[in-house]
Amino acid sequence: MNQWTTADDHKRVLMRRRIDFMLRLLFLLCTSIGIVALAVLIVSIVVDGFRYIRPELFLNYPSRRAAQAGMKSAIVGSIYMLLMMAPISFVFGVGAAIYLEEYAKKNRATRFIQLNISTLAGVPSIVYGILGLTIFVRFFALERSLISGTLTMTLLVLPVIIVSAQEAIKAVPKIRRDASFALGADKWQTVSRAVLPSAMPGILTGVILAMSRAIGETAPLVMIGALTYISFLPSSLKDSFSVMPIQIFNWISRPQEEFHSLAAAGIMVLLALLLLMNFSAILLRNKFQKHI
Amino acid sequence: MEALIEINELNLYYGEVRALRNVTLGIPERSITAFIGPSGCGKSTLLRTLNRMNDMIPGTRIDGSIKIAGTDIYSNQVDVETLRKRVGMVFQQPNPFPKSIYDNVAYGPRLHGIRDRKKLDEIVEASLRSAVLWNEVQHHLKRSAFGLSGGQQQRLCIARALAVEPDILLMDEATSALDPISTLKIEELTQELKDRYTIVMVTHNMQQAARVSQRTAFFLNGELIECAETQKLFANPSNPRTEDYISGRFG
Ligand SMILES: Nc1ncnc2c1ncn2[C@@H]1O[C@H](COP(=O)(O)OP(=O)(O)O)[C@@H](O)[C@H]1O
Ligand SMILES: [Mg+2]
Repeated sequence: MNQWTTADDHKRVLMRRRIDFMLRLLFLLCTSIGIVALAVLIVSIVVDGFRYIRPELFLNYPSRRAAQAGMKSAIVGSIYMLLMMAPISFVFGVGAAIYLEEYAKKNRATRFIQLNISTLAGVPSIVYGILGLTIFVRFFALERSLISGTLTMTLLVLPVIIVSAQEAIKAVPKIRRDASFALGADKWQTVSRAVLPSAMPGILTGVILAMSRAIGETAPLVMIGALTYISFLPSSLKDSFSVMPIQIFNWISRPQEEFHSLAAAGIMVLLALLLLMNFSAILLRNKFQKHI
Repeated sequence: MEALIEINELNLYYGEVRALRNVTLGIPERSITAFIGPSGCGKSTLLRTLNRMNDMIPGTRIDGSIKIAGTDIYSNQVDVETLRKRVGMVFQQPNPFPKSIYDNVAYGPRLHGIRDRKKLDEIVEASLRSAVLWNEVQHHLKRSAFGLSGGQQQRLCIARALAVEPDILLMDEATSALDPISTLKIEELTQELKDRYTIVMVTHNMQQAARVSQRTAFFLNGELIECAETQKLFANPSNPRTEDYISGRFG
């Protein structure tokens, strides 16, 4: 300790370091709670459901007897829904985002629409179920069908996709648009050739994350009337259908222990699908980012 | 003096702010005209009126006229897309697209409908040669433009602008984000280009204006104070405010 630092300074610094250390522990604890919870969840599910991860799970239709029960129709139903929902919500979501960011005048009407979209993104999913029931099932008389479910889920994910696509479009630097305009591009040329390619990684990430939310969503489809006991694959849009979370929900609500294990196995499949989707989101992002 | 660009009594307002005041100025073809003046005096604003990039800023209003080769560029007969094809622009920050070097240069020609691969190849090579970048990139045209250095990126942006065959090239402090060596390369490049293009450059660097331009216009608070042959303006300015500025008394 020399002349120009006092013992007081030293004490204060030590104190601050102690606080720093304690906060660090606290933050670590916060992180671990999340991770530990997830780990416990996964471990208990795997322990419970692992023995039901067998071919019959994927090849059999639901059955009254756990030994023979599978979720073929639910898996196929989820995948069909995903395959239809993805392009529809991509087109409408990105279209709306382009309109709002690039074409709409920044006036009160636009701000009002914007506020509504952000609010819709937070509306409980059951409300979308009621909406879908009213519009698609009843009004358009599409019945309790695959197409009703798909369109309902599309409505559910649209606000999320619009908002995330808007963020991605907003993040494209202005000087990149200027470069395009300065070469004589018109608005659409600039949007399609300069803005969207730059925004695409963000847009795709948003779409895929919205899809993985929809894949796990149960409430609106219960409302629409997705069934749990489907022993055929939907062969047309107007066929009735089931999806994975509904099948899982059904199994869990049965009294028999075996069905609970079956549900755990179903959850594992669902989680695997979610992981796969998030992984493909990362791959897509990297592919598009090569030039960025 | 036969002027290619004739700016007449031009006023520009950003909402309430009057950024240009009665600017009257002729810019001769196939030479370099430099705009100098302290920051905020309206150099960029005036430059952007020449390719109508100001049109996109909400609340801008102009009066007065700008003629290029005798045509009023703000008249209904002129579409901005065509105007901007004839009047290229290079920005302060190099702003390549996140695409390959080739696709960056081909961007403009493709916009204007050129699809033929061989024709595009020719344009890309010619433009990169004009921008003195060809030798450095000819073997990796497919690589991302973002892998180039700042100076190379700026020359790529010049090549990209040249690829649509403009008559006029606007440069807004195109070297101010670059290191001295890259700056020098771009200055040399402008000397080669000035026999084929009419170049208007904004610079806050008076030495640069003196080195590269034939004519210099000095602005202050949105007003054109003086425009003359570069040598004359620096050696013997006719307005005392010009003299104050170039001798470093303010700005
Ligand atoms: N988009 C804009 N909106 C409002 N005012 C602006 C805008 N761009 C520039 N200005 C104002 O116009 C004046 C001239 O700006 P600018 O042309 O950028 O000057 P310079 O390029 O000489 O530094 C400044 O007072 C600036 O604040
Ligand atoms: Mg400027």
